[in-house]
Order: sequence, then C-alpha cells, then structure tokens
Amino acid sequence: MTILYLLIPIGILFLGAAIWLFIWTVRSGQYEDLEGPAHRILMDDDDPKIPGNEKQDGQQED
Amino acid sequence: MCCPGCKAVAQAIVDNGLSNFYQFRTEKSPNPQQSMDDVLETLSLYDKPELQKDFVKMQSGQLRQASLILEGIVCAACVWLNERHVMSLPGVVEFRINYSTRRATVKWDEGKIHLSDILKAITSIGYVAHPFDPGRQETIQKQERSQALRRLAVAGLGAMQVMMLAVAMYAGESQGMEADLRHFMRWVSLVITLPVVLYSAGVFFKSAWRDLKHRQLGMDVPVSLAIGAAFLASIWATWFDTGAVYFDSVTMFTFFLLSGRYLEMMARHRAGQAAEELVRLLPVTATRVTDGVDEVVSAAELLVEDIVRIKPGETVPADGVIIEGRSSVDESLLTGESMPVSRLPGSELVGGSVNVESPVLMRIDKVGEDTVLSSIVRLLDRAQTEKPKLAQVADRVAGWFVGIILIIAFGVAAYWWQHVPEDAFWITLSVLVVTCPCALSLATPAALVAATGQLTRKGLLITRGHALETLAKATHVIFDKTGTLTHGRLQLQQIINLDGSTDDELLNIAAAVETGSEHPIARAIIEAANEQKMAADAHAKTGKGIEATVDGKRYRVGKAEFVSELCGKPIGHDWLEQEQTVIALGDENRVRGLFVLSDVVRENARDAVAAIKQSGLSVTLLSGDHKAVVDAVASRLGIERARASMLPEQKLQYIQGLQEKGEIVVMVGDGVNDAPVLAAAQVSIAMGEGSQIAHASADMVLLSEQLPHIVDGIKMSHRTLVIIKQNLAWALLYNMVALPLAASGMIAPWMAAIGMSLSSLIVVVNALRLTRG
Repeated sequence: MTILYLLIPIGILFLGAAIWLFIWTVRSGQYEDLEGPAHRILMDDDDPKIPGNEKQDGQQED
Repeated sequence: MCCPGCKAVAQAIVDNGLSNFYQFRTEKSPNPQQSMDDVLETLSLYDKPELQKDFVKMQSGQLRQASLILEGIVCAACVWLNERHVMSLPGVVEFRINYSTRRATVKWDEGKIHLSDILKAITSIGYVAHPFDPGRQETIQKQERSQALRRLAVAGLGAMQVMMLAVAMYAGESQGMEADLRHFMRWVSLVITLPVVLYSAGVFFKSAWRDLKHRQLGMDVPVSLAIGAAFLASIWATWFDTGAVYFDSVTMFTFFLLSGRYLEMMARHRAGQAAEELVRLLPVTATRVTDGVDEVVSAAELLVEDIVRIKPGETVPADGVIIEGRSSVDESLLTGESMPVSRLPGSELVGGSVNVESPVLMRIDKVGEDTVLSSIVRLLDRAQTEKPKLAQVADRVAGWFVGIILIIAFGVAAYWWQHVPEDAFWITLSVLVVTCPCALSLATPAALVAATGQLTRKGLLITRGHALETLAKATHVIFDKTGTLTHGRLQLQQIINLDGSTDDELLNIAAAVETGSEHPIARAIIEAANEQKMAADAHAKTGKGIEATVDGKRYRVGKAEFVSELCGKPIGHDWLEQEQTVIALGDENRVRGLFVLSDVVRENARDAVAAIKQSGLSVTLLSGDHKAVVDAVASRLGIERARASMLPEQKLQYIQGLQEKGEIVVMVGDGVNDAPVLAAAQVSIAMGEGSQIAHASADMVLLSEQLPHIVDGIKMSHRTLVIIKQNLAWALLYNMVALPLAASGMIAPWMAAIGMSLSSLIVVVNALRLTRG
C-alpha cells in the first residue's frame, strides 16, 4: 500500500492540470458559443490542400 | 447591364412580350450601383475616430477590435460564407461569428485595412453589418458567466477527487486501514477541499456576510455556517487525528448548490440580452440637413432643433416633428400595432419607428434621455426592480428558520458544555450539519430548475424565478389581440370581383401596382399573387393608395374613395361596412374588385383558450383595436369577456381593478404598448416574435409561439408546486426527526453528514420527476 503515497500526489497533479485546462477553455471563450463548433466541423476549409481544387479556390478569393 | 441578375430580368421581360415596358417607363429603374453608393457613404462614416470611440477597442500597435451585429444570417452556411470572405481580406486578423447570437467580433490591422472596408466586403455579399457597443451590462454578464463556470469546475473536480478518497476511507473503516495511510488521505482531502471552500464557496461567504451586514438572515448564512463549520472541524480532526472529517460533504454540497445557481443565472442572462438590444432600436447614423446640404452624421451627435432627412426604410433617430413631406411610419416596435400610421407635416415622429413610404424632413425635439423610447426603458427598469415581492417573503421565512436553527444549536452547545464538555463540539456540529437547510434550500430551486428546463425545451422560456410559483396560483388570463391571439400580419382573405374578370387577373394587376411598396397591405397582396406583372409610373398617396400604369392602363389600388375618384363612380358594396380591412382596385372606367384582408387568428388559439377555461381560469381579451374586430375574434375563439379600444393606461387600470378584487392575473402580450401592462400583471408572458421590450418586461417568453404551451406551463406550474410542497414537507420532517436525535447526542457527525446528503439527494431526485412527461 506504500505505493499510494506516490500515486495519490500524482493524482493531485493531474487534478491541478485538469482544473487549469478547464479554466483555460473558459478564458478562451469556448463556452460562449455552444452551437458553432458542431457546424464548423462540417465546413472544410482545406479545399486548397486537395490537389485538384487548388486553382479554383485561388480564383474565388480574388 | 450591371449584372447577370438584371440581364435575366430584362430577358424575361422581352421574352414575355413585355418590351413595351421600356417604352412606357418614364423613369429609369434605380441603378443598383447608385443605391449601393448611398450605403457605402454611410459605411465610410464608421472610420471617423469620434464615431469609433464608442465601439472600437484599441489594442497594441495598429490592432483594433470591434463587435458587429450581422443582419441576414439565417443558417450555418451564411456564417461560413461571411467568415471565409472576411478572413480572405488582407489586414483582417480575426473574424468570428457566434452562431447562437448572430454577432461577430472582428480584429484588424488599422495600417492595412479600415473598418469600412470590412463592412463593405460584408455588404458586397449581401449581408448587413452594424458595429455596436457591447454595453457595460453585457461585459459584466460575460465575466459573471465565466467566473461561475470556473467556480463550478473547481468544485466539481474537487468533489470527485475527495469523494474517491472518502470511499476509500469509509471502506477502510470497516475493513481495517493503516492509521498512517488514513491520516495521509485526510491531509490530501484537506488540500483538495481548500480551493473548493476558499474559491468556489467564496460566493456563499460573501453573500452571507452581506446579509449579516444588512441584519438579515438569508439562506446563505446557514449554508456558509455549515460549510465553514464542517470544514474547520475537519481541519481540526485532521490536525489532531481525532474525530470524523466531512470533506466529501463540504465539496459535494458546494458543487450542487453552485450548479443550481449557474442554471438560474443562465436563464436570467438570456432574458436580459433582449433588454440590451432594445436600446439599439435607434440607428447609429442619421442624415442631417444644414442649409440645404445633406450630411451623414452619428445619431449621437444630433441636437434639438437639428433638421434630419429620413428616407423610406430608415429608422427615425430621435423624437421630432415633420416639417416637410408626408409618409406613413411603422410604429409596431413601440405600439405593437401592425399597420403603419400616416404622418403629415406637423405630426410627431417617435424615435425607433420606421419610415415606410416616402422621404420626410423632421425637426428634432427631444434627444437621448428625453425620448419616448428611453422613458419606456426607464419605466421598465422600475417595474423590474419593484417586482419580486414573493421572493422577499420566501427569504424572510427562510430567515426565521435559520434564526431558529442557530438558537437551537447555541442552546444545545450550552447544555452539553455544562454537562459533558468534551462532547459539546461534536454534538453541536452534528446539530448544525444535520439541520443544515440544504434540503430545505434545495427544495424550491431544484424543482424550479427542473420545471424551467422542461418548459424551455417546449419553447416557454422562464425568465424570473417566481413566475412558476405565481402561475400556479393564477385565476385570470388576459390576452392582447394583435400578435398574440392573431399572427399580427395581414393576409388576403377574399377577392370580390365586381366586373366579371377572374380573381387571379385582379390580384395580379393589384400586385403589380403595389410592387415596391413596403406597406403591409401591399405585402399581403404581393404574397398572394401568382404572376408578377410590371407596373410603371407608380405614385403613392400617403394614407390613400397607389396609382400606376399596368399594361397601358391607369389603375388605382387603395381606399374605396380614392379608387372611385379615378372613375367617378361610387362603390356600393356591403363589404365596406364590415370590420375587416377592405381595399379596392379600379381603372379609369369602373371599380373592378375588392380585396378583403384580415389579421389571421393563430391556428390553435381556440384550443388553448378552451383548455385554459377548462382548468378553471377566466379569460379576457383586451385590445386597442376597434370593437367590431375585437368582438369577431373573441366570438370565434369562445372568449366571452372582451374589451375593445383600450389604451395602455386603461388596460393597466383594468388589471389593477382585477388585482384589487384579489385575482392573480396572467397577461399575455407582445408589443411595447403592453410593456407596462405586462409589468403590472403578477405573471406576464410575451410572444417570441413580439417586441424586445415586451420580452424584457415579461416573466416568461413564449418562444415557440404555440399558445397551447401556455396551458402546459400552467399544468407544469401546478405539478411544480406539488413537488415543492413534497420537498419542503420531507425536509421539515427530516429536520424534526434528526434534530432531537442529534441534540441528544445519538447521531455521530459522520451519520449526520450522510443523512444531510441523503435528504438533499431525495429532494433533487423528487424534483427530477418533473422532467418526465
């Protein structure tokens, strides 16, 4: 059971990391818009990276 | 041709043999480029530093940030298009649109691009963007939200960890555990609980301190006392390695209470947002005329005695008097009445209303705080601050309860101190923990949150906590007519032809004449027509009608007298005496037909009224409309009591009269004219499409626009009240049983903690029953 003396403090470190991460997500405004990301993931912005579409996209932006 | 669109139109005209249009027309159609130039001129105004200081945030170097309201966004694809288009502009650093609020934040490099260029880019793809000042209140709300979330996260994650250790310790209690390990686990729990108590539960301590300073006893006082005492006792127990620890209870309790408060806050903010938007009814810019020269200026710069020109479609920037031109204005945002009212030189215009027909010159009488709009906002503020009397009563009762608990705890402590001093602390703590009014303080909010969530899913948004409680006691439901029981817009009901031509023929001619008019009658007729003819040389006569040439013939559409003037023959038809809106169509020889329009009653209004009556509530219809119209609607919906031609003050008096008789009044309305009435009623429900100001003054907003959901709301309120009563009964019973046991020293603190958690859990589970069915 001695191993618990090591594992529990490690658990606390993880807890600290989790809290810090959550606070970071709140600070960066990720909870301000809960609908957007669901749509955003469907809208590919990687058209130019698909070889065939490269030129087409360039024209659109002009 | 300026674009493929215009070319297609021209092609269609020629193909259909309508090329005469180009011979007959006396004026060229406005070139889209011209109207565009007007818009662009307004947009470039946004580059002025004096205008920018209101809504642009300066950042390091040349970076600037602003918030925009986007118009015309209807779906995710629009958001995508705008984001892609604006991000492709050089100098735009960031452009993000919030899907839920349809607002955007833009960050740009002033050295490379101006704000007006960004706005122009958005205009060029067919959307309209206005910069706006997010307002102090909104910024504060945003901070509040993010702080509450952080508190919740710390409490939630902390509670999970502490709970895990607590389970180990409980198991160790029965199965045997090394004393050292247990001591270590207690210390770890203490370390984790420390931020939960200091940071997350800090709100309770603060508000308890505020209560004490005001010599009041709110729920936060015993909550803080229990959290504080249990935590301090646990520290003491950990330090000296004796007695029991309550870290798990402390963290769980904090987490549950914070979750409830977070949900409450979210509902409140959503309601508040509508009120913020109200102030933005006023336009940002206005056209000031100085010595005959037009100049676009910021609306905030306008002074009394300034002359402004208001084009059709523009919003009146301040209160004033027309000095030149006649037009009709849409005041529906302020009065809730769907029809534009005609305004002549000398008539007053109210800021926030929209000019519909033709350009006018206005002399400004009142600006800023003196305007009608600001006074309505102020009225509303007052009504809102005066309202929650019921909440105050509940607080006072809780205060008594808390006071009694504290006195008992003190008495118990004194008794044991004299008899068995070494047990006194533990027993007193047991009393405090066991009687901790968690179950009691959760009883009402848990039920309210569950019911609120369930109703929101149905489209009935509850914006004030007391609304459900009061709704359950309601005895009388009062409806407004326009926009509430009816849709609030005209629809073509019937065509009466007087010359033997087909209905479609008449309709298409009328639609052609009305093309280009923003009047609701015109829109109803154009909507109904199936074929689009071309009209030329259209002249609108304010408050009378429109005259135009269609297929080479002069036509008039409008009021009966105006139409019969053209042919010199009177119209003799029974329909003109009816209650509905009737307009005529005639050429130079005769009157050809009549169109009957009326405001359509909502489909399920009758069922809703019947269901409300069935549950034993009286229903009354109050409207500012004419008696004939009101009576017709009332009889169709089965409402016996209907009052017509009521001014807002009269409505208010009527409600106050009912209230003096002891009735609990529910008011359902939609317009700004209803705002004071909504505020006066014990429970007010605003329609989702109604004016923002109605939303702001309402206790509930019917977002779904389905009247039967009001019935669901009433039923839900009864169920909620039953649940609250059950919860309170349980909490009181629990306390009555547990208190003597704890006071007599029969309950160890750890048993008290389990009892407390269990009693709260039962209350929460009972409340969750509301979310079913």
